[in-house]
Amino acid sequence: MGLNVELFLQTLPLMGKGMLGIFVVTAVIILSIVALNKATAPKDSDKK
Amino acid sequence: MEAIYQNIFNITWQQIVMWVIGGVLIYLAVRKDMEPTLLLPMGFGTILVNLPLSGAVTQIYDGAKEIGVIDLLFDSGIANELFPLLLFIGIGAMIDFGPLLSNPKLMLFGAAAQFGIFFTLSMASLFGFELKDAASIAIIGAADGPTSIFVANYFESNYLGAIIVAAYSYMALVPIVQPPVIKLLTTKKERLIRMPYEQKSISKTTRILFPIVVTMVTGIVAPRAVPLIGFLMFGNLIRECGVLGSLSDTAQNVLANLITLLLGITVAARMQADSFLTPQTLMILGLGLIAFIFDTAGGVIFAKIMNLFLKQKINPMIGACGISAFPMSARVIHKMGLAEDKQNYLLMHSIGVNVSGQIASVIAGGLILNLIAR
Repeated sequence: MGLNVELFLQTLPLMGKGMLGIFVVTAVIILSIVALNKATAPKDSDKK
Repeated sequence: MEAIYQNIFNITWQQIVMWVIGGVLIYLAVRKDMEPTLLLPMGFGTILVNLPLSGAVTQIYDGAKEIGVIDLLFDSGIANELFPLLLFIGIGAMIDFGPLLSNPKLMLFGAAAQFGIFFTLSMASLFGFELKDAASIAIIGAADGPTSIFVANYFESNYLGAIIVAAYSYMALVPIVQPPVIKLLTTKKERLIRMPYEQKSISKTTRILFPIVVTMVTGIVAPRAVPLIGFLMFGNLIRECGVLGSLSDTAQNVLANLITLLLGITVAARMQADSFLTPQTLMILGLGLIAFIFDTAGGVIFAKIMNLFLKQKINPMIGACGISAFPMSARVIHKMGLAEDKQNYLLMHSIGVNVSGQIASVIAGGLILNLIAR
């Protein structure tokens, strides 16, 4: 089992796509949580 | 008389080595309290399947094939990915996403800490593993046993046994692996950064909608991750809905315990001497360590980068909790914070990052399934 530089180079774009994918999904989830928190937060009149 | 002792001559030195490995796993579980729920059944299972002509695994006796119970369990529960998914229902029911919902930006650290997975994918490929095996090995960095099993099994990796041993061993070694990496990457001044915690009330509606939204978003981007994220979030929905208390208790305790019990001993089906005692196993253990180190580094470095732009600085140590080893990683960071400053309580922030790591590791697993052809 020797070094396989060719396969290594093939995986670099996968690393980029994978990390980009995780951050995109995470960003959408964060925005969803913020929207949910805002939509379901008790109104000021409720707090009083 | 001969029938009684003839099997002794079938013992090989490789089997004896596997008995020792099984004994070490049992020792680590019992004496060192390292992931005992999994390492103990795995250790015993390792001995079970490495007895000469063991009836626990499929054998040919007198020209006829006899199915062994461990192989039967493997085909019924792991080969079809059932056990890890059922375990995810239990894990989902155990997790309180409250700290994450209070401060959703913590999820970014969970995302950043998956860097080790993709880095290890490249390193495993460089060291000569096939892409499908490299992907399976890389997932060790998720510090997430069920996802490791799911991905390795999906790719039909030949190294399932070694991958699972590495994944669960390193999860248990979080208190040893993470602190030196964090100290290397941070200054004392950074480790002293205090982060006040504001308790925000999270509505029940948000708690109920969160698992549904996460499942839909992740499922649309990475459809192959739907079983993983879906079962995790199903467990969480049972917990948060407020009307299934009994089912939630069952999922957290009975279901999780039952599956863990069977999972450990079943995984041993892939720990037979001929397939486990190879140089590749050592390489996988080494690559698993690399994955853990670079996951930790990814989270810490990302926090340091964020600090360049933030007025209210983040203690970069919490970035290391973006791995899925919950709640061990959060506890380690909390203790490190207290060791630097007895008034620095990082626990709630760490837990928020840690549960986001649980979600991010599943997303990473799903993306790997989507990006790499079987």
